[in-house]
Parts: sequence; structure tokens; C-alpha cells
Amino acid sequence: MSNEHSMRRVTAIRNGTVIDHIPSGQAMRVLEMLGIGGETSVPISLVMNVPSKKMGSKDIIKVEDRELTQGELDRLALVAPDAHVAIIRAYSVAEKLTINLGEEVVNVVRCTFSNCITTNLREPQAHRLRVVERDPLQLRCHYCGRPQDLGELANNVL
Amino acid sequence: MEGSIVAGLITMDDLTNEQILEILSDAERLLPVARGELYLPLLKGRILGNLFFEPSTRTRMSFETAMKRLGGDVVNLGDVKTSSVVKGETLFDTIQMVDGYTDIIAMRHPRQGAAQYAQDAARVPILNGGDGAGHHPTQTMLDLFTIQQAHGRLNGLKVVLAGDLRYGRTVHSLSHALVRFGCDLIFASPDLLRMPEEIVSDLRAHGANVLETEDLYGSMAEADVVYMTRIQKERFADEDEYARCAGAYKLHARHLEDVKQDMIVMHPLPRVDEIDPTVDKTRHARYFEQAFNGVVARMALLCRLLGVTVPADVSAEGGAL
Repeated sequence: MSNEHSMRRVTAIRNGTVIDHIPSGQAMRVLEMLGIGGETSVPISLVMNVPSKKMGSKDIIKVEDRELTQGELDRLALVAPDAHVAIIRAYSVAEKLTINLGEEVVNVVRCTFSNCITTNLREPQAHRLRVVERDPLQLRCHYCGRPQDLGELANNVL
Repeated sequence: MEGSIVAGLITMDDLTNEQILEILSDAERLLPVARGELYLPLLKGRILGNLFFEPSTRTRMSFETAMKRLGGDVVNLGDVKTSSVVKGETLFDTIQMVDGYTDIIAMRHPRQGAAQYAQDAARVPILNGGDGAGHHPTQTMLDLFTIQQAHGRLNGLKVVLAGDLRYGRTVHSLSHALVRFGCDLIFASPDLLRMPEEIVSDLRAHGANVLETEDLYGSMAEADVVYMTRIQKERFADEDEYARCAGAYKLHARHLEDVKQDMIVMHPLPRVDEIDPTVDKTRHARYFEQAFNGVVARMALLCRLLGVTVPADVSAEGGAL
């Protein structure tokens, strides 16, 4: 099945944001990381595990009537660093955005080390993970300095 | 000479090698003040906040002594069980309060990363007196001072670190510092208590010559320093295993017959059985001087972090008590 067909599994949106090339199975986590939950009133279309030439299979999300900001999208760097993002206005692609992994991941996830000071969620300062290596990704907590368990990190989304 | 600014001391990475040597030199000059032979109120009017969220004897007392020997004052958090912490106050809020009361804070906390967290929340400098299994840089400074005092240098020494290398934060910080001065390290420990893999690989990545062994006694012949640590019973699944392991890391005077004449035995204290009292009387024992050095090293650090210059000629500036 072609990519065209994958995209047409859901109707084109008039205004909003399309996030394509999400690693297969990660769409729910992407919504979670964007803070888009069941209480959101805007229509959201979600397609999972569709064939992709580039990725084998992938997930796609369309959020109607909401343009995600660069800051919001950068939160996705840990789960979908290669996702393609398009802002749609009047059925056309108005802007293409890429997800950037900065020097630090701030207030996206909390440290995976069980004895880190930040495990007390009442502590108000930002959760900060430093990017020490990009490929393969390696993160360390700004506070306790511990290397992060990337597998477990997905369970620590704030 | 005016020393370069140090904003806080959370890990040894906050100090350059040059700054470490400058601070050790300041400490050396402050020895008569630490011994109470000379009164030099360099920190008069300054207040240290002692925030110890878990028990400490030497670190807390030596900070307090250091501040008072230099004419400064100390306020204590007191027992955590009766402080606002027990009411659920966050570390952030506690720091906001103490930051307003004091000029510098020394703290120990059971959670790793607490010192950096406090530094980010504070206006005044934080001296990390131990955060969980993390760092204990003021201990490292007094250890380095003790080593330099004995050998006249830090570079190129052969240092054996023995006992519990897995959980002992003092040996983690010290290893990193020694490697920066080109020391060769031997880690002697039971397999269960080996130095964490990530630390060994980190040290090797920095060009360190590191040897790991379970044989303490066999690794002391060429050593300049043997740094002992306590092996805690609760780390082991059963008593027999503990007895077998701990038995191989008990230093007795008879083990010191073939070591180098100027080799020193150190220990962060408290010791239990790992150094037999027979060692106390040998020329090698340095652990009580090491504990005393906690005062002078912390005096030098307090001065540096408060931006106070230690005079070149302390005896000319200081007065009689």
C-alpha cells in the first residue's frame, strides 16, 4: 500500500497540525507528551501501524484547529525525533516544522534514577536532562548526574 | 593572590586543577589557625548555614569548627525530625529560607542531586557535604590535602582504594580527582562491592590506568596510599558471605611489613573492623590527621567560596588567642 493511501485513511483536515513519520506504536505516547488527552475538544485523528516506504510502518496524527508550537513539538524529540510536522491552513501545507533536540530536555520527562531529588514531585524546579550524546542518544540528569535509562524514560513523561 | 571565583562546590568538576592546588596551599597556610595556635577572623560577620538532612558527625562538626576558627558564625538546621522538613517542606522552600539567613550553606541530603538542586535555588554558594551515593567534594579536598601533605605532591602516585567501592561516595569523588592528577588506581574490593562500571569506564576514558582486583594485601607493595573504606554488613545477603568478604579487607600491622616506607593508610572514618588498632601505632596511619584536615580544608574552601583571600603570611596577620 502506498503512502498516499496511508494518508487517506483519514480525511484531509482544513486547519491544524499533521504529525507524520511517528515510529510505529508511539502515537499514543506522542499525544500524551503533547498533553493532548481525552478532555481535548478539538477533533483528533490517529492512524497506527500503516505501511511506510521509509520506516516499514509508522503512525500518523492529525490535530484539527490547533497549530502546535515549535516548543510543543520539541517535546517529541525523545520518542519521535524524525517525525515530519506540517501546519495546515485552508487544506494546504502552510508551514513545515522539524523537531529539534536541544542541549537540554526541560520539563518533558523526569529522571529515571529512583533516588534523585526530582522524584519528589512537589519540588518545583524544572526537570532537566542534559543531552550528552545524540547518536545513540544519551542523557544525564542535570541534578544527580545519572545516565538515563531510555527504555524507562518513556514511563516518566510529565 | 586573589583566587578565581568558585560559585559553589557540588562536584569536583566545579574546580580546575589549578584551583584545587591553590585551595590546598591556602589550607596549608591556615594550619596554625585550625590548630587554634593563631586567631585570624577572616570570616568575621559571615554566617554558615549547616543543613544536614541526614546524620553526620565529622563533616558537620568540622564545618562548624572551620567557620568558628575563622571568626564566623554558624546556624544549624537541627534535627530533621523537629524541623519544617517533617511538615513536608520542599528542599526548594527550605533553601529559600536559609538563603536569606546565611552567607553560605553546607548541606548533606539523602537524595542524589540535592546539592545541585539547592545551588540552582540559592543565591549563596552551596558546599555539598554528600548527596545520596553522589558526590562528597569537601571530603575529596581533605583527602587530597592529606595525600599532598604526606607525599609533597599529587601527581603520579599509586593509590589503592579498598573495601566498599560500590556504595562509598568518598571513593567515587576521590578517584575522579586522582585521575586528573595522573595517579594510577588499584580498586581492591569483593566482587559484590566493585566500583560501578560507569565510573571505571569514565575514568579509563579520561586516560586513567585502573586495575581491579579482589586481592588487597597483594596490591599494596608498590602503593603510595592505601585508602580503606568500611564494608557494611547490610550489603550482603547472608552473614557467611559478609564474614568471608570482610575478612579479606581487614588491615593489620603485620600486612604492612613489606610496603613502601612512606606509604600512608587513610580512611574516611568511622571505621569498624577494617583497620586493626595495631595499625594506629605504625608510621603509615594517617586517618586521624585526615579527620583533622577536614577542618583546615573546609576553612580554605569557605574562604574561597566567600571571596576572602587567605593572606600569604598568615602569622603576620593573625593574632594570639
